[in-house]
Amino acid sequence: MSVAIEVKDISKQFRLYNERYTSLKERVIHGGKMPFTPFWALQDVNVDIMEGETFGILGRNGCGKSTLLKCIAGILKPTSGEIRVRGSLAAMLELGAGFQPDLSGRDNIFLNGSLLGLPHSEIEKRFDDIVAFAELEQFIDNQVKYYSSGMYVRLGFAVAVNVEPDVLLVDEVLAVGDAAFQRKCLDHVRKFQQEGRTIVVVSHGTDTIRQNCERVMVMNHGRVITVDEPGEGIRVYLADLLGVGTLDNSETGGIEGNVFAIGTVQAEHGGMGTRHHLYPGESLSIIAELDSLAAVPNAMATIAIHDDNNELVFASDPDDPGCQMEVPLGGGQIRFDFAEVPLLDGTYSVSVGIRSLTDTAIFDWKDQVTQFEVANPGRATGKVRLLPAVSFRHRPTGLTGEVPVVTRLDSAEEVAS
Amino acid sequence: MSVGAVEPAPSKSASTGTSGDEGTPSTIGGSTRFVPGQSNRQVTVVNGKVQLGQRLKDLWTNRDLLILLTKTQLKVKYKGSVLGYVWSMLNPALVLLIYYTVFKVIARNTIPSFAIFLFCGLLVWNLFNNSANSATSVVVANSGIVKKVAFPRELLALSTVGVAFILFVIQVVVLVVFLVAFGIVPSFAYFYTLPVALAALLVFTGAVAIFLSAVNVYLRDTQHLTEVLLMAWFWSVPIVYPYGQIAKVLTDHHLAALKFVYLMNPITTIAMTFQRTLYGRSQYTVNGAVSHMLPSWGPLTYTAAVGAVLGGSIILFLLSLMVFGRLEGNFAEEL
Repeated sequence: MSVAIEVKDISKQFRLYNERYTSLKERVIHGGKMPFTPFWALQDVNVDIMEGETFGILGRNGCGKSTLLKCIAGILKPTSGEIRVRGSLAAMLELGAGFQPDLSGRDNIFLNGSLLGLPHSEIEKRFDDIVAFAELEQFIDNQVKYYSSGMYVRLGFAVAVNVEPDVLLVDEVLAVGDAAFQRKCLDHVRKFQQEGRTIVVVSHGTDTIRQNCERVMVMNHGRVITVDEPGEGIRVYLADLLGVGTLDNSETGGIEGNVFAIGTVQAEHGGMGTRHHLYPGESLSIIAELDSLAAVPNAMATIAIHDDNNELVFASDPDDPGCQMEVPLGGGQIRFDFAEVPLLDGTYSVSVGIRSLTDTAIFDWKDQVTQFEVANPGRATGKVRLLPAVSFRHRPTGLTGEVPVVTRLDSAEEVAS
Repeated sequence: MSVGAVEPAPSKSASTGTSGDEGTPSTIGGSTRFVPGQSNRQVTVVNGKVQLGQRLKDLWTNRDLLILLTKTQLKVKYKGSVLGYVWSMLNPALVLLIYYTVFKVIARNTIPSFAIFLFCGLLVWNLFNNSANSATSVVVANSGIVKKVAFPRELLALSTVGVAFILFVIQVVVLVVFLVAFGIVPSFAYFYTLPVALAALLVFTGAVAIFLSAVNVYLRDTQHLTEVLLMAWFWSVPIVYPYGQIAKVLTDHHLAALKFVYLMNPITTIAMTFQRTLYGRSQYTVNGAVSHMLPSWGPLTYTAAVGAVLGGSIILFLLSLMVFGRLEGNFAEEL
């Protein structure tokens, strides 16, 4: 399989001007000088994206992922380096970006298709498909400015995917339209994948990446942190998102420069040996191995539990005296024992860290390092296992006589009338 | 860091049945896969260089888009209505009327069929002026596309030339009606100079349009500056007065050598070629005295002159493309 997109030593510098002179007059007044701070949006980015691959780019806002996409698309020019793209390319950076509000949907299909590099005759051939895909048969001759935002975006997507490029660049636009249209879009993306087209998706949503991509590149401050399988990439990305420690691969997990290093982390629960999962209310122990290069009298162990939507379920209380510990040279084992886990169904991930008691320094943090599964054999639903004690107390009335007995809903109506 | 070694599992198989496309399957890396449309898997290189040859090639392959962008501008401007185009003629008609009134009725010049002479020059000027004026702001005005879609952005500037050309064609039709109505016979022997002159005009206007559209992104007052400069430029071109008057003034002041400098103005040469051909005379006689309006060159000399302008314009066009290429790299950031 050959390389579809070859990104070689790409760097992109932006100039951040303290004051920007956008007219000749101002430039002349200020002697033609504009003081600026150089800002490297991309630094020495190297990556080969294979043909037929769905490749994700993950990163926080401002990490350079969109800049990279724009460079690949040729919208921005890199300051140095070179990108080689094999085959035709279409970029969906913003759906309906090229639309002229004053023109009809029909004219805009031709305009946008041409902007995306499709010859006129090809657009004519695909015109009906595009209209059908966008579900805009009725409105195609209306001016686009009267479209609802959903119609607008649908038309934009319909044109973009019908361009049928060899390489498709997508910038977080997959979530458009109603549920039915979204499914259609995803189907189309799957079809693209099956047809062996290359797709590059930029996102900061881990779900999109996990579900669709074969490889993911994590970026931070214009640099490539890692290129890996989605699972590992997302783990690195989430660690980066939490801003813990340095992300340089050579250092994470290593003990160099750090006093502490958390080794393996394991979860043990009451059902161990018989089941993979635990039942609500059973016990759970998280056991973390800790290596220490020095004696630290005032360390604090922290634990956080996230649910499968990555929402925080629990984070330990820093004032809990049990979390505060004195760690001797060599380290040992930290145990978090939960007598019972009051959670219902779900897969929960556990993050473990060790930090300083006196300041905010974090010695080590293992994000989502292990997980446990809770399976609820009962019929209660929700997230938390609450055990209400239910009782009934009679309130006496003065009514006498025959007491109607209601056993079914229709008999209740009779009583009420 | 190269990650070329990591390859995803090739789970794909060729599937051509799902698409109505007429792509031909081609063999890549040992497996047959679907290749869409007209794709010949050419390699596109993005780097910091200007790549003049690539730019020219892109302009040619995207000629459909140029036509479409021109149509779009016309549609947005005139809403596609016939009346819209009539309105577009209002401005040039009024300008013609004003100059005619001032120079013929009030200043009483002796030029026969002055309206036709005026029209021939204005025709050329309007094309250049319309395009240069609207090209200056065209990239800024279309920042939405420029920031989000990759296409040869020079086409935006060139589309203003396209729009100006359409209006030019309408004016030519009107001029032909005038010629017939006034019974003016053009110099048919000079007709072959016109395509060369028109080509020179289009290329020169294109060069100026591309240059201005790029510069205005960085210096937004270029727009106002252009308007002022264009006004000065207009009066330096023999449109409302014939070239012969300038030549006479220069000769009278023993500055005949400066005639050459005056003719260096590319629009001047092009306008004179149109005047010579369509107005159909280079001099006129009033009371036995001969007044020269235009150089008494033959058609070959005129062709050589506009040919030189065309050559210079092509060089300018390439230079403009290079400037545009340099400035374009940061459009998305500057807009």
